[in-house]
Amino acid sequence: MKVGIVGMGLTPLRPLSPELSYKELVYEAAVKAYNECGINPRKDVDTFVTCAEDYIEGTSIFDEYTPDQLGGALKPNHTVTQDGLQGIIAACLQILTGNFNIAVVEAHVKSSNILTPDGIHLCALDPIYVRPLNLNPYFIAGLEYDRFLRVNMINGIECGEVVIKNKRNALKNPYACYGENLTLDDYLSSDPVSLPLLSADISQPADGACVFVLASEKVATSLNKEPIWISGFGWNSGSYNLDTREWFYLSYVEKAAKMAYQEADIKNPQKEIDFAEIDDTFSYKELQHLEALGIFTEGRVFAKLKEGAFHPEGEFPVNPSGGSLGMGYLYEATGLMRLFVACLQLKGKAGEFQLKKADKALVHSWRGLPTQSTACLIIERR
Amino acid sequence: MGRRVAIVGVGMTKFVRRAQETGKELAYYAAKEALDYCGMKLSQIDAVVIGSAPDTFDGVHMKGEYLSDGAGGFNKPTLRCYVGGGTGVFAVICGWYHVASGLIDSCLVVCEEKMSSYQPHPQGAFLTIFDHTTERPLKPNLLWIFALEMNRYMTTYGIKKEEIALVAVKNKKNALDHPAAQLKEEITVQDVLNSPVLAYPVQRLDVSPVSDGACAIVMVNEYLARRWTNKPVWVEGVGWSLDTAYWTNRDLCYPRYVEEAARMAYKMAGVTNPRYDIHIAEPYDPFDYKELHHLEGLMLCGKGEAPQLTVDGVTQRDGDLPVCPSGGLLGVGNPIAAAGLMKVIELFLQLRGEAGKRQVARKVRRGVAQAWGDLMQVGAVTVLGI
Repeated sequence: MKVGIVGMGLTPLRPLSPELSYKELVYEAAVKAYNECGINPRKDVDTFVTCAEDYIEGTSIFDEYTPDQLGGALKPNHTVTQDGLQGIIAACLQILTGNFNIAVVEAHVKSSNILTPDGIHLCALDPIYVRPLNLNPYFIAGLEYDRFLRVNMINGIECGEVVIKNKRNALKNPYACYGENLTLDDYLSSDPVSLPLLSADISQPADGACVFVLASEKVATSLNKEPIWISGFGWNSGSYNLDTREWFYLSYVEKAAKMAYQEADIKNPQKEIDFAEIDDTFSYKELQHLEALGIFTEGRVFAKLKEGAFHPEGEFPVNPSGGSLGMGYLYEATGLMRLFVACLQLKGKAGEFQLKKADKALVHSWRGLPTQSTACLIIERR
Repeated sequence: MGRRVAIVGVGMTKFVRRAQETGKELAYYAAKEALDYCGMKLSQIDAVVIGSAPDTFDGVHMKGEYLSDGAGGFNKPTLRCYVGGGTGVFAVICGWYHVASGLIDSCLVVCEEKMSSYQPHPQGAFLTIFDHTTERPLKPNLLWIFALEMNRYMTTYGIKKEEIALVAVKNKKNALDHPAAQLKEEITVQDVLNSPVLAYPVQRLDVSPVSDGACAIVMVNEYLARRWTNKPVWVEGVGWSLDTAYWTNRDLCYPRYVEEAARMAYKMAGVTNPRYDIHIAEPYDPFDYKELHHLEGLMLCGKGEAPQLTVDGVTQRDGDLPVCPSGGLLGVGNPIAAAGLMKVIELFLQLRGEAGKRQVARKVRRGVAQAWGDLMQVGAVTVLGI
């Protein structure tokens, strides 16, 4: 099974973009993506998928507003109210039916328009059992982080190293807006949010839009001489309920990863995959996800972190782009942003943050608090 | 159309004004019934598709995630698809592409809606569907814009309200035989014309009710279909289309987006002459005029001809083209996404000859279900056959 990525566009991430509407951001990303493969969306595209959530957009039934700026009016369009990678998966499934040749996937966010992000987060909690507690939703991350530290018998310095690494990586990435040279003292002195979670552990929201053009194996090479191939994908949902979930082990991530590895025929992910762009919405999540993705077995992640294995020049680079901590958090578009920077690496066009070896990559996303919803993609160049 | 996909099990809850159950519970009841219908277990399901309309109704952000365990999506690949009011029929299309891709063998499709959580009336939620700059300051209301559309439809083709009211009479009467129906009653054209005016020409009895409810179906590949049932109902064609958000720039007398979606589905199903190849139809009828509007968009009759079809009794259960034999949204109820899936379930039962008192008189081998939504903008069409 193979689906080709033939075009892509991302607007540089910014904390504020007062002069642009979300439609203008999407238009900019779409034009970039269409130009890369030379297609006319009104004639050539068979199906459009967008990823958006009503509350984040501030509009009910937001899928109403998706076709115009993509050139998709009067065409098959639908929304997936999940992360961008799940949108890519929806488009891949459509292409694999054999009825569609070219699909477009879009996600965007104007985080700077969201006046009350914590209020929206609160609305995502169970309305009967959890929401009446009226807690800042970061308490979930605090609880999970605490459990992570206790089970692994570590003190949190490790997570500080993740923050330092990702923010430093982001300095070389022109799309990133939160790059900085941080010291461990800077990290430790950041404000507590829900202990042990510090404000430096949390990725900061940004504005941006990302568009991808996918094509079937049959037509991909005619649109782009060197497409990036999606050779496997997997997705899974764990428990939404706080009271019935596994707080330590992320079995849903493991299941999604296994599904993707199986499709891509990967037996030893650590050896076969060159680098990974994985979820780091919170610093500890990067390490937790690395374990659950089956790249490093239990406990070895910390040893590898100490060795510097996850640095761009290390044995297994993780988030060489800077991840969400360095680039910014794009809500539903976060997965697409990761896929974009991973594709740049595979194409050899990552500029200053280009890795030496980048032939096969793992891209992973998590839906964010309070969910246990995840998606994985294996991409490679032939 | 490549790999064949079949529906083998269906389930639905009663449609009611205020369900005591949470949305999760409603989803669970429907999903359990659908699995029991064909004797499958949740462990034999590979993936789950969830359909639900705006999050505002429940006041739950990320409603797909919230519903996931109730719908059977715990520890499974779960996707929530969304095209506003068209979600109910689109969820079937989403289930179809899961299975037709060849990667997923069996898929549980669950649609749930709980509109009663929104107080005092869910109509308030619809204030936020309009463009925040150009339309919302006018404080528009869904009934107003549908009144515009209904008026345009009546004016363009010279249609009388009496003709349109016949649809409400027919559907509410059909619903008398539906065990899940919320607004089943025998009414007359005069009752419709005497009901309170909401936004002329829309009157109280022209409109479907506010409802809570859930529906579910089980979709499987060709190999599993034979294993789980001896009467699979096949998805023969699917189509969907979304028009521009600038609804004020459209001629509201004809739903071109429904035609585009229908053309796509008919092409896939090999339907060349819809009026003869389609034996039964379940078009979306949140308002009585919409059934007529959609019959035209589905090309089951010419433009402006659907009212005459109704007057002639062709669309009755014993007619040549039974339309909404279930009772439709006007009779059974309108829990948005679940209402669309209810239409697909009705086709499933009719095609298998299991609709009981609702079974149509003529022999039916192929039917079409359609849903509509957004800013009078989206068409989702599924052609089913045996």
